Amino acid sequence: MLSPVLAYFIVFSYIPMIGIWLAFTRFDFRLGFFKSPFVGFKNFEYLFKSGILSRLLRNTVLYNLAFLFGGNIVQMVCAVFLSDLKNKKFVKISQNVIFLSYFISWVLVGLFAYALFNVDNGVVNSILRSWGLKEYNFYLKPNSWPPIIIFFQIWKGLGYGSVIYLSVISGIEQEVYESARIDGATKWQQVRHITLPMIRPTFILLIMFNLGSILKGQFQLFYQLVGNNGILFNVTDIIDTYVYRSLTVNFDIGMGSAAGVFQSVFGCILVLSVNTIVRRVSDDLALF
Amino acid sequence: MVDMKKDKNHVLPDSGSTSFAVVGYTVMTIISVVSFIPFWLMFTASISDEMSVLTEGFSLFPRKFSLDAYRSIFRGFEQLLRSYMVTFFVTGVGTLISMLLTSMTGYVLMRQDFKARNRVSFFIYFTSLFSGGVIPTYILYVKYLQLKNSLWALILPCLLSPWNIFLMRNYMRSIPYSLVDAATIDGASDWKTYTKVIMPLCKAGLATVGLFVALTYWNDWYHASLYITNEDLYPLQYLLYRMLSNAEYMKQAAAAGVFLENMVLPSETLKMATAIVVTGPIILLYPFVQKYFVKGIMIGSVKG
Repeated sequence: MLSPVLAYFIVFSYIPMIGIWLAFTRFDFRLGFFKSPFVGFKNFEYLFKSGILSRLLRNTVLYNLAFLFGGNIVQMVCAVFLSDLKNKKFVKISQNVIFLSYFISWVLVGLFAYALFNVDNGVVNSILRSWGLKEYNFYLKPNSWPPIIIFFQIWKGLGYGSVIYLSVISGIEQEVYESARIDGATKWQQVRHITLPMIRPTFILLIMFNLGSILKGQFQLFYQLVGNNGILFNVTDIIDTYVYRSLTVNFDIGMGSAAGVFQSVFGCILVLSVNTIVRRVSDDLALF
Repeated sequence: MVDMKKDKNHVLPDSGSTSFAVVGYTVMTIISVVSFIPFWLMFTASISDEMSVLTEGFSLFPRKFSLDAYRSIFRGFEQLLRSYMVTFFVTGVGTLISMLLTSMTGYVLMRQDFKARNRVSFFIYFTSLFSGGVIPTYILYVKYLQLKNSLWALILPCLLSPWNIFLMRNYMRSIPYSLVDAATIDGASDWKTYTKVIMPLCKAGLATVGLFVALTYWNDWYHASLYITNEDLYPLQYLLYRMLSNAEYMKQAAAAGVFLENMVLPSETLKMATAIVVTGPIILLYPFVQKYFVKGIMIGSVKG
């Protein structure tokens, strides 16, 4: 019963691992996989020396940190309020609305960004114009993109993440709150001294494990929002978009593979070390 | 007196609960409204008059109502219909195969008499830790499996995910294991236990996994961008993407003074209307399926 699944993972996950070899070659489509000239660590050397790698790393890591902390904080705020507001109808509508963005494709997210920020007829610019202000061409201004990108990522993951926190909060015994109330604790004190400490382990755990995958970029987010807009690359190019371009635009297979291998290897090391640390703290919490 | 009695049945009132409620409702209202604005904008833009959008820009309330965008969608109906069929086919076939394979794997991994289950779990899990990356996978699909412009290139990549497999296994673990033992004692084969005992009991889990997979297939544009160049095989999301990026390209060309032959820019309202049409089924199904996703996230967040 297991064989089709094992075969699947061998063919589509394990065999491509051999392709790491490409990172050490100057790949040529005509010569193919085995005959392309071997160049050793030349590709890596170039990525380091040209400063491409440090730019990609900086962007990937900083964005992921912002997504991680920003996202989790907003998710916790939502979960704390949603779990405690008395008007159930309001809670339901609000929850449904913030979960909606999880269900749409990233193409749509790109379109939304376009509708809000493009210079000719975007909402922001038409508001600016109606106030008699000068229009602002977001697609030419690199600095305006980090907040936009971070906003859309947090927006897209908000519903999903708050469900996790909500389920933790709903697991807290009601008697704890009851006795706090009898002792005269205000609602705010209850949140501060009961709810937040109770969801802290989940928060730390989510942060830890996501730190492990901090080199994995949100390819679809960046590609749909920014695409191949070279003007913005300095602040929007992440490892994954670079690899994708090297495959579809620049045809620089060796270089793209090298960036990909770097990401895979260090990503794996990161996850393993995070897991070891978590295991030190508590065996139950470790992923494997 | 009556009031006091009522109060006793009630939970004790909180001090500071008014300020909490005020802040809570305010914050959540703001977050909800901001979250909803893009959807609202898409909707109003799609029913706006094109000229008013071009001269004054998108706005949150349509300045001039018009259904022209939807009318022009139906004029270019054939391509859209083809893409709908592609997406339906890929989503349907992919989801069915995925549900079958995922549940089979989950079943094997939940069987306590399967000695290698931890090793197999790790074998599967490892693929999410380390991968060959996009480029080797691309070469495998295109050069060795010859799947360029084949619908299988859209189905295979999203077929199985470690996350779904462990979600399924966790769900199956909530079934009393004594049922498996009982079936074995009664002489049922492993297959029979799977089809007759386990499957009927994990319909909800299966539905959850199925919905996650179906959503992934429906929203996938990425694999089409790698493997599909034949317009007849464009799935919906990729069709929308092509429309948007072509429009951008033509705009730039026009701005640079280059005139392309047969240059017909899709109108702004048409983009929005198309976006609604390709997302439609999800929005329509959303109220009914949302609870399965909530359940799935809760089971999935339990450690594997």
